[in-house]
Amino acid sequence: MVASGASDVDTSTSKHLRGKYAICGIGETSYRRGSDQTTRSLATWAIKNAMDDAGMNAGDVDGMLSYSGNDSTFSTFVAGDLGIRLNFYMDVHGGGSSTECLIGIAIGVIEAGLCKTVAIYRAMNGFSAVRIGGTGARSAAPVTGDQIHHRAYGWQSAGQMFAPSFLRHMYDYGTTPEQVAHVKAAHSNHASNNPKAYYKTRLTPEDVVNSRVICKPLHLLDCCVETDNATCIIVTGIDRARDCPNPPAVIQAIAGRTCKPRADMHYQHGPISTVAGYYAKDILWPNAGVGPEDIDVTGAYDAFTFTAMLQLEDYGFCKKGEGGDYVSSGIINLGGARPNNTSGGHLCEGYTHGMSMVIENTRQLRGEVDDFCPIGPDGKRQHTYDYAEGGCRQVKGAELTANLGWANPGTGSAMVMAKDR
Amino acid sequence: MPIQGEYQGMMLTIDDLDGENRDFFRHCAEGSFHLQRGTKSGLLRYPPTTACPWTSERESEWVPVEGKGEVHSYVEVHHAIQPAFKDKVPYLVLLVDLDTQKGAPTEHEALRVAGNLMTADGEFAPPEMIKSVGIGTRVKMIFVQVADGFALPHWVIDGDATQPETPWRYPQE
Repeated sequence: MVASGASDVDTSTSKHLRGKYAICGIGETSYRRGSDQTTRSLATWAIKNAMDDAGMNAGDVDGMLSYSGNDSTFSTFVAGDLGIRLNFYMDVHGGGSSTECLIGIAIGVIEAGLCKTVAIYRAMNGFSAVRIGGTGARSAAPVTGDQIHHRAYGWQSAGQMFAPSFLRHMYDYGTTPEQVAHVKAAHSNHASNNPKAYYKTRLTPEDVVNSRVICKPLHLLDCCVETDNATCIIVTGIDRARDCPNPPAVIQAIAGRTCKPRADMHYQHGPISTVAGYYAKDILWPNAGVGPEDIDVTGAYDAFTFTAMLQLEDYGFCKKGEGGDYVSSGIINLGGARPNNTSGGHLCEGYTHGMSMVIENTRQLRGEVDDFCPIGPDGKRQHTYDYAEGGCRQVKGAELTANLGWANPGTGSAMVMAKDR
Repeated sequence: MPIQGEYQGMMLTIDDLDGENRDFFRHCAEGSFHLQRGTKSGLLRYPPTTACPWTSERESEWVPVEGKGEVHSYVEVHHAIQPAFKDKVPYLVLLVDLDTQKGAPTEHEALRVAGNLMTADGEFAPPEMIKSVGIGTRVKMIFVQVADGFALPHWVIDGDATQPETPWRYPQE
């Protein structure tokens, strides 16, 4: 059921903070392999870039949140580097689906009076140090206790762990590898218009299914890229955000790390071809007061082609089981009705555990996507809306975006943002 | 003393404090699959947990469970991530619905037990055997010893069972 009206939601209570907080600053390093920097250095660069974007100096930021998997630098070090005196910070364990969730936490702690403005960052050497694909140090770590039930079977990396959901979706609904390969094709087209993207080459669905098999149903080109980078998002109250140089991306609703039953081993509770978005959608859409049909741009997490497809389906962008048709229909392409991951996402731009997809949608709502379009005399890009290779990636009239964050089939987060009034 | 054993080039360790996993793998080493059953709920659970996932009840007992079932889904790994598995590719990780408690307490639930597809003598299944297995294949459990008091459950094709004519396989071989 899509909740397209807000009549059943009491927006006067503090439970619903729709429209009261916004993203006012975004910052990135480059997306590359071989950063030659520590995560402390990467984080510091990304946060400073976000502060500059928000027109803020060290005295304007008093909260910090980060997430990592023992592969990053804690808030206290980067805050110290930047001369930020913190009234609040927290560094949490987590990967994908943390971005939207931490934005929700930022809103909560600001609302509770702990601080006024929070910089959220994720800094990682996902290629050079702790590899996101799971090779190197992660696969060599000792196998203990609860991990024996999967790691002893050579069932450990993200692709290996998620594959039973992907295959079962093919079995349950007749989804084909070629259909899902369209996700990579679409994102590669988007990346070809993104000067920052690590992979900018346009690919076809045939290229994907002809690439070598990693673990069925995943070919090499169904899998995301490993890169070194840091990213930062600054969240503050709507009034403060309106004083910043760039238009606020106004936060409408968040679902944070919503889980399927049995989060300890989610496969115990099926259908295993259904993911956490099935539950998160019932938090996201009523609180946002809009439904999937209202959304102009999606940011469905693409650790793999299949993760984007499964989430778009379970959040209700198409009927259950029709995700394969949806992603191969052209809808998710720039120029289509509802483009997904216009930056090229994790499959092509770089891997950030979700941050870059929120950054991209913030730019979409600003109308300031950093593509190859010329910059006019007013310093703003003159978007051509020509999505040919090496051209534009701004979506015309983008007013509402949805980010769908993925941790695993059993856990996800989501966020709806709107252009300011 | 922790229970430790080297298995496929990996050091597997069950800590002293980890009573649930010690019991689970000890039963496997004795050649008999056991799961915890909530004493009040009467429901079995996998993998080992401290409380009952349906009732939060903490009291449980270990009971023997038949190691037979049907492949619910699987992973067929062609590019190993863990060094220990590089010379095993392709290999299958099976997610098997046990016959016991299948579809209970709700329609979409089952005791979905992981393991590799092995030959009857406990070696990794060869490629031609892998190609005969998919969703719907009937399998039964075997145990592969890791150390004293520690064995891993794995799966072999159940030669006595009626097999589906064509188990569902990923369409590209």
